[in-house]
Amino acid sequence: MTYITKPKLHHPTLQQNRIGYTRRDYEGKVSTLCAGCGHDSISAALIQSFWELDIEPHKVAKLSGIGCSSKTPDYFLGNSHGFNTVHGRMPSVLTGANLANRELIYIGVSGDGDSASIGLGQFAHVMRRGVDMAYILENNGVYGLTKGQFSATADFGSRSKRGVENRDSAVDTVGLALLMGASYVARGFSGDKEQLVPLLKAAIAHPGAAFVDVISPCVAFNNHAGSTKSYDYVREHNEAVSRLDFWPSREAITVSYEEGAVIDVPQHDGSILKLRKLDGAYDPTDRIAAMNAIARAAAVGEVLTGLLYVDPSAEDLHAHLSTVELPFNRLGEQELCPGSAMLDRINASLR
Amino acid sequence: MKRIEAVNDFVIKFGNVNGSGSASANELFAKSFLRMGIPVSPRNIFPSNIQGLPTWYEVRVTEAGWLGRRGGVDLMVAMNPQTWDKDVREIDPGGYLFYDNTKSLPASKFRDDIHVVGMPLTEICNATYTDARERQLFKNIIYVGALAALLGIEPGVIAELIGEQYKGKEKLLKPNLNAFQMGFHYAEEKLKDAVGLKVQRGYNVGDRIFIDGNSAAGLGMVYGGATVCAWYPITPSSSLAEAFQRYCARLRVDKETGQNRFAIVQAEDELASIGVVVGAGWNGARAFTATSGPGISLMTEFIGLAYFAEIPITIVDVQRGGPSTGMPTRTQQSDILACAYASHGDTKHVLLFPEDPHECFEHAAIALDLADRLQTPVFVMTDLDIGMNQRLTKPFTWDDTRRYDRGKVMTVEELEAGKEFGRYLDVDGDGIPYRTYPGTHPTKGGFFTRGTTKDRYARYSEEGPVYVDNVQRLLRKFETAKSIVPQPVLRGCGKKTRFGAIYYGSTSPAMDEAYAALEAAGIAIDTLRLRAFPFNDTVSDFIAEHDQVFVVEQNRDAQLRSLLVNELNIDPARLMPVLHYDGTPITARFIASEISERVRVLNVEPLKKGKAA
Ligand SMILES: Cc1ncc(C[n+]2csc(CCOP(=O)(O)OP(=O)(O)O)c2C)c(N)n1
Ligand code: SF4
Ligand SMILES: [Mg+2]
Repeated sequence: MTYITKPKLHHPTLQQNRIGYTRRDYEGKVSTLCAGCGHDSISAALIQSFWELDIEPHKVAKLSGIGCSSKTPDYFLGNSHGFNTVHGRMPSVLTGANLANRELIYIGVSGDGDSASIGLGQFAHVMRRGVDMAYILENNGVYGLTKGQFSATADFGSRSKRGVENRDSAVDTVGLALLMGASYVARGFSGDKEQLVPLLKAAIAHPGAAFVDVISPCVAFNNHAGSTKSYDYVREHNEAVSRLDFWPSREAITVSYEEGAVIDVPQHDGSILKLRKLDGAYDPTDRIAAMNAIARAAAVGEVLTGLLYVDPSAEDLHAHLSTVELPFNRLGEQELCPGSAMLDRINASLR
Repeated sequence: MKRIEAVNDFVIKFGNVNGSGSASANELFAKSFLRMGIPVSPRNIFPSNIQGLPTWYEVRVTEAGWLGRRGGVDLMVAMNPQTWDKDVREIDPGGYLFYDNTKSLPASKFRDDIHVVGMPLTEICNATYTDARERQLFKNIIYVGALAALLGIEPGVIAELIGEQYKGKEKLLKPNLNAFQMGFHYAEEKLKDAVGLKVQRGYNVGDRIFIDGNSAAGLGMVYGGATVCAWYPITPSSSLAEAFQRYCARLRVDKETGQNRFAIVQAEDELASIGVVVGAGWNGARAFTATSGPGISLMTEFIGLAYFAEIPITIVDVQRGGPSTGMPTRTQQSDILACAYASHGDTKHVLLFPEDPHECFEHAAIALDLADRLQTPVFVMTDLDIGMNQRLTKPFTWDDTRRYDRGKVMTVEELEAGKEFGRYLDVDGDGIPYRTYPGTHPTKGGFFTRGTTKDRYARYSEEGPVYVDNVQRLLRKFETAKSIVPQPVLRGCGKKTRFGAIYYGSTSPAMDEAYAALEAAGIAIDTLRLRAFPFNDTVSDFIAEHDQVFVVEQNRDAQLRSLLVNELNIDPARLMPVLHYDGTPITARFIASEISERVRVLNVEPLKKGKAA
């Protein structure tokens, strides 16, 4: 793969969003992943999502762990700061970054090895803390970058390319995220951009810990018969609970839906999630029910996709810690240093 | 029988049971000397346990102001039957044993070369109090009262301290005062002149303050502008993060909104705490973590990333004795090499060595500046001895004109004006590049942070020469560090001597006293107190100017000596290790005897070879 920079000249016909950016402005370096890799489709969906959301690219900070998936932040939002951290520890770095400047949008990109194997602890705890972020797990059931070993999300009984059967049970990432307190939980499929983009947009806009597990086939090591993360398998077993439309607060909703098939979930920033229910009984604001539904689907080998859970009144870590509005990285001596007179008083109390 | 007689210069040790409430009574006792103008140096010796196991508190009363541990015990206050035999054995001949004689003990339980002072503490408590907890707690105050009478501590001084402690809590004030009086009067009447140790008013405390190093470092972090603290509890560092929390609650809450200008995350482990600090540092906030050896081990992968990705982070390592529990509640300086070269790949890091709480405060604030200036991890290497013991120390100072050094951060204006930005570009020749905070500019100054694989403009590159170019610059940066870290402190003996001694950190007070003892014994020696790594020319010059340099430290493997040999290319034969590592703080007696013995041998050897000393 080469690193030829793409021509930045904007074609006059390229469509601009409300803030005058074209999709091009949300692109990054040319991907070095294998042709057909699911991860590249997720990068494309992210580019589309940010463009549609009219977010200034440089107001986004991209953090990732290590893996093919974790390399992808280099391939979208090229003018944003990105940080390829260490394997399995992106959540803690993202937490710290978020504490330092609450005004940016944080997106965490990880793989299944990164999140469910080496990083399971940080994955769980970042959800508990309610860090305001969109956490995207590009889930292919293998370690792509180290060439095809099973990861902890590989399903029990699935077969590796070399024919080895996995005898460990799989970590259910959406179930775990729910259990640990994520306030937005969704699952998508890299092969279904139409479903994925609204899920990502709503995750980015969600003011709390948003988790999107995206099944993302690895064409090099996990796309064969016997795999449960292949394009074919997922297409056959995809059970969508809903179709989501995301409406930022400033937009008037003009589309009308068939009565009864849609529920509105207003977020407290005024934005609205419109859900077209595919499974009539599914209520994504009911956490316990969501857990049951996920477990039931897993038991019969179905991959439940769509918006699985959302807490419309979610709060984030800054609210929990009651931090000041101004980002920490803009505070100086004036705000932070108590000064010498106070120090004299402290000295006096220590005699 | 010999009877130790001393004024304002003795050691009292308390043998207590952990969790029995003795700690605050013992602290009250120690402070009473300070109020009488006599320096004291107390030390906790405690187990990895909350309740039930033995714990000791050693108070060195020292008019001369020697704040190191002295060694030896003149008066043992033996309140723990479990450790009775060991405690009795420890008393110097001619010394004193103070104990509760409610139950009589067989003669075999005592020694005939010490003076025994019994007082029926349990009997008095049982007669006065009905509640079991009160009996326990007031027993401690009663023995403080008795000791005050025995030693000649002015009762008014203790009454004043009790008054301060229970200010606004009248319900507790009165009974504590009563208990104190009860002990005091009993000893005055029944134990007159039982002890040859006396205290008289002195004037040697001055304006010094009394505080532990962890609290001082926590306060230093507040003054230095840290806004993010992420930590995982580990003795002996936990009280540092807790002190930061306490001071922030007082000093960093916005008066109008009640909102906090700080964030403290008690993370799930040290991997996460350092990760949070790295993320905050990357994004332009001042962040630190406090930990001890095992935590450093877990953090090393991130430390390497922060070194190569050039992220400012501050780590306080309150050192202890190795893995597991037990020794870890004792002191050592045994993480020097682990921190200096922490992580994978070619890495080395800036270390600071504060000697006492005053410097813990200073170095904490300096470390935050250095981390930003150098864009690298900075370690503050304290230890349990400084961290968890209250120490008499110079008052803290702060210059209100001081500005935080945020290092080289390119602003939106500079980018807009067309200033060239290369994240790893050495524009000033000091090895330090410019960075930008995320979100600065829509099209300029954005970059992708990764470990090693990058060129001067942060573009991905796996080329060998590009890698070499980058890590050579990191070495230039380390050179720059030499001149901006706290400089070593030289103490020349004023004579020509071929002997020198190098020491650092909590060894200071013992070294000061040993120096005086050596001088009195006619041994001339120059000393150099190191305050930071990397070492600059002062250190190599000092070694060059002396034939033999003793390197005094508190670990088994002479870690700082290895660092000197390695970094300054010094002939190891020139550096003689003087090592103390049993978990107790090093003493002046130990240093003086080790050095004088070796000086004696060295002075004989060259003569044998026909050389003059
Ligand atoms: C501490 C550590 N151990 C091991 C590795 C090697 N390693 C790199 S990527 C990876 C697995 C990545 O798998 P996953 O997160 O699923 O990403 P994918 O490549 O499948 O997208 C491993 C084990 C590493 N970088 N760091
Ligand atoms: S190895 Fe797999 S995960 Fe990695 S780039 Fe290729 S297809 Fe994608
Ligand atoms: Mg994977």
